[in-house]
Amino acid sequence: MRRFSWFNVTSLTLGFAFLYLPMIILVVYSFNSSRLVTVWAGFSTKWYGELLQNEDFLQAAWVTIKVAFFASSIATVLGTMAAYVLVRGGRFHGRTLFSGMIYAPLVMPEVITGLSLLLLFIGIGLDRGILTVILAHTTFAMCYVSVVVSSRLISFDRSLEEAALDLGCSPFEAFRLVTLPIIAPAVISGWLLAFTLSLDDLVIASFTTGPGATTLPIKVFSAVRLGVSPEINALSTIMIGIVTIGVITTSLISKRSAIKQAREERAADRST
Amino acid sequence: MRRAVLIAVPYLWLLALFLVPFLIVFKISLSDAAIARPPYFPQLEVSEGWSGLKEFFAELDWENYIFLGEDVLYYQAYLSSLKIALISTVLTLLVGYPIAYGMARAAPEWRPTLLMLIILPFWTSFLIRVYAWKGILSTEGLLNQLLMSLGIISDPLTILNTNTAVYIGIVYTYLPFMVLPIYSALEKMDDSLLEAAEDLGCSRFQAFWLVTFPMSRAGVFAGCFLVFIPALGEFVIPSLLGGSDTLMIGKVLYEEFFSNRDWPVASAVAVILLLILIVPIVLFQLNQQKQQEAEQ
Repeated sequence: MRRFSWFNVTSLTLGFAFLYLPMIILVVYSFNSSRLVTVWAGFSTKWYGELLQNEDFLQAAWVTIKVAFFASSIATVLGTMAAYVLVRGGRFHGRTLFSGMIYAPLVMPEVITGLSLLLLFIGIGLDRGILTVILAHTTFAMCYVSVVVSSRLISFDRSLEEAALDLGCSPFEAFRLVTLPIIAPAVISGWLLAFTLSLDDLVIASFTTGPGATTLPIKVFSAVRLGVSPEINALSTIMIGIVTIGVITTSLISKRSAIKQAREERAADRST
Repeated sequence: MRRAVLIAVPYLWLLALFLVPFLIVFKISLSDAAIARPPYFPQLEVSEGWSGLKEFFAELDWENYIFLGEDVLYYQAYLSSLKIALISTVLTLLVGYPIAYGMARAAPEWRPTLLMLIILPFWTSFLIRVYAWKGILSTEGLLNQLLMSLGIISDPLTILNTNTAVYIGIVYTYLPFMVLPIYSALEKMDDSLLEAAEDLGCSRFQAFWLVTFPMSRAGVFAGCFLVFIPALGEFVIPSLLGGSDTLMIGKVLYEEFFSNRDWPVASAVAVILLLILIVPIVLFQLNQQKQQEAEQ
């Protein structure tokens, strides 16, 4: 019997209060009618209106979404390939270096990654802009994708692929018809993770960006440096709202599919 | 043939966009600053062939590293980053352990929800989470308003733009990284071990200290590294919450590069930061390997 003591209750309550109160305060104050962000002066949605008329922010948001979409999509393809090579590829020359290059970016300080990529782009004479940000984001995001996908690849039964090969599939067909459907949830969560990381990144983007490719975090950072502003509160509320809806929806979907899978497995057990 | 392509594409991508950039950083850290575009010297002149190459290598030296060693500012920046990262890791552990412990003790049907509540902040923007504290910690902010209305303090505290605010920011943003590995270690624990300890005469605290804590040690290590490593190179938190006297190497590097435009020195700062990080990263990898072997 587990003892769920008052100590556990208190630490969970305080812990979650600590995690969530700052964000709740941010959301509440985005509806404050006063420009003074620490004095409550009544309910208003005017900051949302002003935000939607701010061309700069809308432009930056559009750039950010484009970057995140392309970077996470390329990163998903490359990261899945890398994971497949690491888990199923067997031995090859330079495998240690390869796995090192997959894991190193995960712990690399962003300032170093940003600086090194910038120096590369300058060295080869590539003009900085939306393309360089996409290249930079793809590089660190593919490592996250590859970690997520390889943990799924390790845990699934290899004999399924071998059966497909025995039954006359080409390796590519076996991958498309057997492996891919099984690892699909991991590939999708890898893409989502890559997308979020790209949306969120400030440091690497500010090193690798150029004129006309200002992303939303760069815009927000330069506004926030000066102090707290109600427009940023409104923007934060919108972003928190999107993320909350997204996370809750995906967790409900995965819960439902887990229940469905359990039911099918039980049915299969009964029929044998 | 197909296999070669499969290996080559991600391999070459990482070589070109991860490894080569580092070699460039290292090379530039050995160069001299110059008023030119790009602002460093020497440049490799491929057209001059072998003699150009020889001249190029002759110009490289360790001058920037000597400069970093002699300048107190950099020395202090590294020390103070280490100190800030260390203190905030310990604080995160103190805050995170009870949460992970509470989660592991909660009824099994509650655990997925609690887990989701820990992960959810991780998906929201890092920048926004740091920014949220600006309004709370400022002199006329909500924390001071609350403390003054409760009569605990009579004058507002200065928290924003000090190291205290940086600690709060790091603990807040990296808390999930600490809670998750500790929780996954504690969750696997067998409760009958605790009962055995208590039957054998341990007090509840002794049972915790002698049985529960050692079993969660791998999780504690993993959590500490996951907080310490990114905290050491942190840029956003010290620049939004810290003051002008908050010295952190990530911020120094950023400013060296963008404000002073001294690329060779910025590169040398980066190389040394990387050398410092190698130790915790290797320890972290060893810890992970040990854990994986223990599970098999």
